[in-house]
Amino acid sequence: MSMRRYYEFVIEALIFASGIASIIFVLLIFIFLLKEGLMLFEHVGVFEFLFGKYWYPISEPPRLGILPLILGSLWVTFGATVISVPLGIACAIFIGEIAPGWLKEVLKAGVELLAAIPSIVLGFIGLVTLVPMVKKVFGLPTGLTAISGSIMLAFMAMPTIVSIMEDALNAVPRGYREGSIAMGATQWQTIRRIVLPSASSGIIAAVMLGIGRVVGETMAVMMITGNAAVIPMSFFAPVRTMTATIAAEMGETVQGSEHYFALFAIGIVLFAITFVINLLADFALHGKQIRT
Amino acid sequence: MADAKIKVKALNFYYGKFQALKNVKLEIPEREITAIIGPSGCGKSTLLRCFNRMNDLVSGVRIEGEVVVDGEDIYCPSVDLVHLRKKVGMVFQRPNPFPLSIFDNIAYGPSIHHFASRKQFPEIVERSLKAVGLWNDLKDRLRDLALTLSGEQQQRLCIARLLAVEADILLMDEPCSALDPIATERIEELMRELRKKYTIVIVTHNMQQAARVSSRAAYFYLGELIEYGSTQRLFTRPLRRETEDYITGRFG
Ligand SMILES: Nc1ncnc2c1ncn2[C@@H]1O[C@H](COP(=O)(O)OP(=O)(O)OP(=O)(O)O)[C@@H](O)[C@H]1O
Ligand SMILES: [Mg+2]
Repeated sequence: MSMRRYYEFVIEALIFASGIASIIFVLLIFIFLLKEGLMLFEHVGVFEFLFGKYWYPISEPPRLGILPLILGSLWVTFGATVISVPLGIACAIFIGEIAPGWLKEVLKAGVELLAAIPSIVLGFIGLVTLVPMVKKVFGLPTGLTAISGSIMLAFMAMPTIVSIMEDALNAVPRGYREGSIAMGATQWQTIRRIVLPSASSGIIAAVMLGIGRVVGETMAVMMITGNAAVIPMSFFAPVRTMTATIAAEMGETVQGSEHYFALFAIGIVLFAITFVINLLADFALHGKQIRT
Repeated sequence: MADAKIKVKALNFYYGKFQALKNVKLEIPEREITAIIGPSGCGKSTLLRCFNRMNDLVSGVRIEGEVVVDGEDIYCPSVDLVHLRKKVGMVFQRPNPFPLSIFDNIAYGPSIHHFASRKQFPEIVERSLKAVGLWNDLKDRLRDLALTLSGEQQQRLCIARLLAVEADILLMDEPCSALDPIATERIEELMRELRKKYTIVIVTHNMQQAARVSSRAAYFYLGELIEYGSTQRLFTRPLRRETEDYITGRFG
């Protein structure tokens, strides 16, 4: 008997310890990020950092304005959102509501497969297929542009949007659909007027998490957006995102330099953006539970 | 019965290989309440769902024979399903108001069928809610979510939304089985009221309920229609032994 209690105690302690450990790790990472990033502001003002138009980290003295990088991330993310949200929503509606059983399974497997492709592979494929195509179709001097990055990232956001939204559609009670069909509504009327509104919070969460995925993506955008740290004036110009900047420059910087701290400060900005997006997604999901 | 509202002629119904209805012949009169009774799994819901072709949504079903509503075979390929389901409304076992406001639940039908302009909706909502006895309770909270209503109110609302599209046949599949006895009694009262204008077919497991509300009753067993006739006769002098066993509770 006491043996068994001892055993229970050990198991519980282990579970507790691993739970605590993960929280501690996250906390440590966060503290480290803050500590290194905030050091920058001993040298550069917050305003100058966020809204400075020039990113020349290795000139003398360095100019560390990340506005071009923020705008680069925004352009690419915005483009990817505009492409992936309607497509993802339409795809989820088709899979969840319209496709017959076998086709549904095939499509779901396809979406899962898309999610399983490593981003570096997608970036590579984009580089050799999409980039030349964009160059030709739009008659540009280079295909390494924001629009290429947007299209590629849309592919990455799609699986997230589709699978989460499909779950949301599945959660809509059958009785709603039956009630609507039995009143003579067509399938499309039922989807548009009843199913989508009742799944709306799940759909918003799906979109938010898809966007979150896009904002944090690094390798693929680094490979195909051209990486020019200038303020982008159109979708057809090269851009550089915040993530790509960190990835490209972290290896070459001197530890403890202003440039080094600036890269961490970019990390804080990224963290803040993804945090807000996840918070909104959570809020959307949670809001529903309160209402029903 | 020359003026039967629904005529079922030699109906066979299959879920894949399983035959759920066997050679059913039945005539349902207009503006009366017809009860369908029988043990679980005998095909009551299946029959009811043949009347508005809700079985079409189930894959692998096959149907033989005819179901004639208002003189028209509803399984004829040229039949307009939208029109049919507008005319033949259905109330489900679990109240299933849409997750919309009370007002929008009722306005849903008129708006999908485009038979009234938006300006007429308030009037339709008022008329429909009055017909099911909800108007006085709900007139000040039409914008509230329908899911905040009690079970009985939700079921009444589900009936009201059928009245709003001017359905004239109401199919009810165990409409009171999710309600308490008092709510059940009040819904039965509503049914007796509605009988004056609507043809009602009700599936029920509750013998007293069938006896209280219906004027005709049909007893089914294993997909076959065993006996059909006036409720009073069926409950007091059943012709068949099986019927008697079932209604007296000796069924086993
Ligand atoms: N979708 C389906 N696929 C296959 N068989 C089905 C399906 N729906 C019903 N059945 C079968 O058809 C028979 C009749 O079902 P039905 O639901 O009409 O019975 P019921 O009389 O309404 O029963 P209950 O009183 O339990 O509601 C049952 O044997 C059931 O198992
Ligand atoms: Mg049933």
